[in-house]
Amino acid sequence: MYRDPTIRSSDITPESVYIHRRAFLRGLASLGAGIALGACGVTTSAVDAPQSPTVGDIEQRDELGDPVNTFAQITTYNNFYEFTTNKEDVARRAAGFVTRPWTVEVTGMVRQPRIFAIEDILTMFDQEERIYRLRCVEGWSMVIPWQGFPLHKLLSLVEPTAQAQYVRFETLYDPDQMPGQRDRYFPWPYVEGLRLDEAMHDLTILSTGLYGRTLLPQNGAPLRLVVPWKYGFKSIKSIVKIELTDTMPVSLWMAVAPHEYGFYANVNPEVPHPRWSQATERRIGEMGRRKTLPFNGYAEQVAALYAGMDLRQYY
Amino acid sequence: MKTIALRFFPHVAGIFPLVLLGSDVLGNRLTVNPIQYLTLRTGWFALVLLLATLACTPLSRWLGWKQCIRWRKPLGLYSFAYASLHLAIFVVLDYGLDLNLIAQAILEKRYIIAGLAAFLLLIPLALTSTTSWQRRLRHWWKRLHRLVYVAAICAVAHYLWLSKDPRPALIAGGVLCGLLLARWRPGRWRAPSNAFPKKQA
Repeated sequence: MYRDPTIRSSDITPESVYIHRRAFLRGLASLGAGIALGACGVTTSAVDAPQSPTVGDIEQRDELGDPVNTFAQITTYNNFYEFTTNKEDVARRAAGFVTRPWTVEVTGMVRQPRIFAIEDILTMFDQEERIYRLRCVEGWSMVIPWQGFPLHKLLSLVEPTAQAQYVRFETLYDPDQMPGQRDRYFPWPYVEGLRLDEAMHDLTILSTGLYGRTLLPQNGAPLRLVVPWKYGFKSIKSIVKIELTDTMPVSLWMAVAPHEYGFYANVNPEVPHPRWSQATERRIGEMGRRKTLPFNGYAEQVAALYAGMDLRQYY
Repeated sequence: MKTIALRFFPHVAGIFPLVLLGSDVLGNRLTVNPIQYLTLRTGWFALVLLLATLACTPLSRWLGWKQCIRWRKPLGLYSFAYASLHLAIFVVLDYGLDLNLIAQAILEKRYIIAGLAAFLLLIPLALTSTTSWQRRLRHWWKRLHRLVYVAAICAVAHYLWLSKDPRPALIAGGVLCGLLLARWRPGRWRAPSNAFPKKQA
């Protein structure tokens, strides 16, 4: 779990949570068994994750003192256009999405290109908990307890070459499973990108779960990016390809509406979007609005990445 | 029987959305972002009822449903009621009456300007919707109420500019264009003296 060094662990981890971690671990263990069965030919999917009625009621907080959103909120209000543009309906449409077998190709300007099976990713990298704020460009936000690991661990393994400057991510393209991809209005597959230094930053993680449970399809199973200081659409879901490159990737949203969505998409209350106020946001579960923080409250950690850049120009 | 059904149609159409909203509230279907849900639903109802209001004249003219003409007033007033609810949710629930934030939002967002314009244009129309005002304003009443076309265009622009996927708003815009074109009669503008057109056969 990521900890700000100035905050004691007892400040952010109540005892009840600590106790509940055992339940999480039991859940993970039985899930591991499920995956093993899957490998033996018994079909299993992420939806079979153990159900615990207490999940969602646990009082966890982010480093600013705000409680995490409930499991129900996080899993029923999703932007995932591959399934539907209706946020409330993604969970239903995505149920049964097949995430095994699943491979992630890491390629491009690397010395050790490699195709990872998702099972390898789950075992090779220690899964940590990170409580992050997620700020959607549409003006709402949540606090989510992710499980995952820093992206730099995976990137170091494949050894980017000196030419590599950007990382390009790609979502699965499978219109049979993802009916939204039959809509030719969008140039599928979903693509996102980061500058290499952004990708190597310790806050940038690949997530495999939340609330101690395997990621559900609506949250981007089986593997998604989480970049907490950028608008949510940068945190690409259901990744099948990671490519190191020397040219700035063109994301799907940059291709659809270049005036509205830039490459950087850092959370910035000073740069308005033509449709949504970026000065304020609604935290899901709260009435009213709260002020949006520069870099979504992570300025101390990431502002240095953009030293000398005009963030109005590079939005 | 048929006449009664026809007379009550606009009230059924106007109250039905409220029943839908009520069932969403009781059935706990407001989603985890209830303010946004209520805003979008009331705005949608207002737009649909406004387009329905504008459909009355073409329906009456081309299909000969004379009854439709009487629907314009109640449908228009219901549309105004949902638009008022829509604005109230935005101002009170969403922005908590924070005038600074609201002013910033208005200056920053063209879709809010368009929506506000549509609402402001509807206010005089709602206030002068009674027969007595119609009598008092005489021929000015008709001219005044042509503002409904401008209001509808503003409402569609509002919808288009706030949508991430523009297609539903473009469909609404297409419907509006069709309804406006259906009003066009050759020669009407060239012969304004012909205030009472001949009855259609």
